[in-house]
Amino acid sequence: MNKTVFLGALTVAGLAAGASAAATLDDVKARGTLNCGVTTGLVGFAAPDANGVWEGFDVAVCRAVAAAVLGDANAVEFVPTTGKTRFTALASGEIDMLARNTTWTFSRDTDLKFEFVGVNYYDGQGFMVPKALGVSSAKELDGATVCIQTGTTTELNLADFFRKNNISYEPVPVETNAEGQQQYLAGACDAYTTDASGLAATRAAFENPTEHVILPEIISKEPLGPLVRHGDNDWGDIVRWTLNALIASEELGVTSANVEEMASEPTNSPEINRLLGTEGNLGEMIGLDADWAKRAIAVGGNYGELFEKNIGEKTPIGLARGLNAQWTDGGILYSPPFR
Amino acid sequence: MTTATDPPKASFQLSQLIYDTRYRSYTFQFIALVLLMLLIGYLGANLVTNLAEQGQNIAFGFLAEPAGYDINQRPIEYDSQSSHLRASFVGVLNTLIVAVLGCLTATLFGVTAGILRLSPNWLVRKLMAGYVEAFRNVPVLIWILIIFTIMTAVLPAPSAFRGDNPDSSMLFGAFAFTNRGIYIPAPIWGGGSIVVVLTFLASIAGVFYYRRYATKLLYDTGKLLPMGWPSLVIFFVPTILIYFIMGQPISLDYPALKGFNFGGGIHIRGSLIALWFALAIYTGAFIAENVRAGIQAVSKGQTEAAASLGLRPRRIMNLVILPQALRVIIPPLISQYLNLTKNSSLAIAVGYMDVTGTLGGITLNQTGRAIECVLLLMLFYLAISLAISAVMNVYNNAIKLKER
Repeated sequence: MNKTVFLGALTVAGLAAGASAAATLDDVKARGTLNCGVTTGLVGFAAPDANGVWEGFDVAVCRAVAAAVLGDANAVEFVPTTGKTRFTALASGEIDMLARNTTWTFSRDTDLKFEFVGVNYYDGQGFMVPKALGVSSAKELDGATVCIQTGTTTELNLADFFRKNNISYEPVPVETNAEGQQQYLAGACDAYTTDASGLAATRAAFENPTEHVILPEIISKEPLGPLVRHGDNDWGDIVRWTLNALIASEELGVTSANVEEMASEPTNSPEINRLLGTEGNLGEMIGLDADWAKRAIAVGGNYGELFEKNIGEKTPIGLARGLNAQWTDGGILYSPPFR
Repeated sequence: MTTATDPPKASFQLSQLIYDTRYRSYTFQFIALVLLMLLIGYLGANLVTNLAEQGQNIAFGFLAEPAGYDINQRPIEYDSQSSHLRASFVGVLNTLIVAVLGCLTATLFGVTAGILRLSPNWLVRKLMAGYVEAFRNVPVLIWILIIFTIMTAVLPAPSAFRGDNPDSSMLFGAFAFTNRGIYIPAPIWGGGSIVVVLTFLASIAGVFYYRRYATKLLYDTGKLLPMGWPSLVIFFVPTILIYFIMGQPISLDYPALKGFNFGGGIHIRGSLIALWFALAIYTGAFIAENVRAGIQAVSKGQTEAAASLGLRPRRIMNLVILPQALRVIIPPLISQYLNLTKNSSLAIAVGYMDVTGTLGGITLNQTGRAIECVLLLMLFYLAISLAISAVMNVYNNAIKLKER
């Protein structure tokens, strides 16, 4: 009899544990904060400022989702993750979404059971070397010592690149970007390799950025984007379309400055009206209210504004839009229609 | 008529399981066992259920797939096309390398410091106390990082050795101390070098044989042969003779600047040095305390008795104190070796590719097979720890008090 009760309790506990995996949206709402996985610190993408407030391009995505879901862009618990811990953190439910310069690959999407909701930065892997080394191409790096963040796709690309070009190298694995920067500056490695955007961000933090060059070779495709767990499609839709709202709003000319005004009454553009909730019921379709996109855009502006403010040409990081321009401007950013 | 009756037949009743002291402990042990098995079963079932819910399973097929990443320190042949299994083996060997080096060095540090802590010299005693307290009370990870940072920040980069008037130069033209590690000459084994190696091994055996013979002669006849210089002669002379007779078959490959780095020679990486040295010096502090405790456990009367027999202090230590102290020292020493081996998993802090770095790091991360990788890791560390215990227990049995 007692045993039956015990087993019954176990079964209930097991079922409860199973059920909590789904319905991330309810969990987030009940908790009142969004747990968002970010890097341990990469200036421009995700790093705490002098006051300890996280800011950056990836952080902005987290804040936009928090604003859309909870109505408060500051209701985000930022969880710093390393290249090694990020997937475990997401799979175990410690974080609700991961916005951490993570490359969308086949095996991560399928075998690791994650869902990449889109691409917020089209990147590629590059090399940075000190100018004094006198190297102008990555193919001249035969025998070089290369610092690399362990547990990333860059590690595999690096092995492929050197194998393809039949030259040798010595990898020096490092855990975080900060560690890599320290080793590189101490001369413990000749070259530092990671995504070109990350190199630019790292170089911007150097004392003398002009003494280092980023080599012209881009050796891989690195579409970076936010991701969620498999199996909760409703939550995946929310993150996906929040990102799309940021991209679409740039295309449609909705900015942080005019979003309030545009959302106050229907404009003469039906798509803007649907996006901002003055027409149709898109918000209801993804389980939010009508103003969700308006709130997401109001946090830091549209994709273009976020780009300019965090990593654009006027910032120390100084990245050009390049591939990340809207499709109408020669880039490949293309949001599906809000309809 | 016989009055003897059979003793009353004990009829077993269920209540005896609780009230009879003969059965009670079994009953509770059985209940505890069942509960434990249920708990483990629940956790296991929970794992499988949750994995299945995420659409995953437990499978080890990924070990045969190409790893795709490179490892800098490769004791066996390995490239990025080798399998994950081979990458794990490289990691295992790297773990064993640092564990063996660390255990040897830690024992050296520990025994020296432990004996010197009992030195009659006040300064030496206090210095050793300072070493023990400083290293024992700071986490080993911090020591690893401190030593690694000092190496990378203080030593020159290979580029400092370049040019007509370089900032740094090699020691004796053979050793280069850089912030990427230390480069030392590597032996090149020419034809006939096997003879030299065999001679060398034979002379080591010869030294042992001679010393045993001298001891036996001393015990049997009381005749004392000199130990020191004949050992040195047996150790060096035959090997050197054969080396020149065979026409110097072994030469040295000196490291030299080549491209971005030094080429040739043996490269002892900074990560290995930092990890090795930190583990040795940290565990050495603990071993020093074990040694001190062991020596102090031998009663002072033994020293005095030996002295009154006319033994000199060194002999007293070697022949009387240490053999008895070892009985106290060895058991805790085993656990220090185990600690050192397990602490070597902190290697990733300095990018040393041990088994935690390859199997538990990159492989885990690239394949996403966390549970399988961690299970294998646990198995490996368990196996290696049990092996160390087994070997040390054999040694412990050999030196423990023989009760006759």
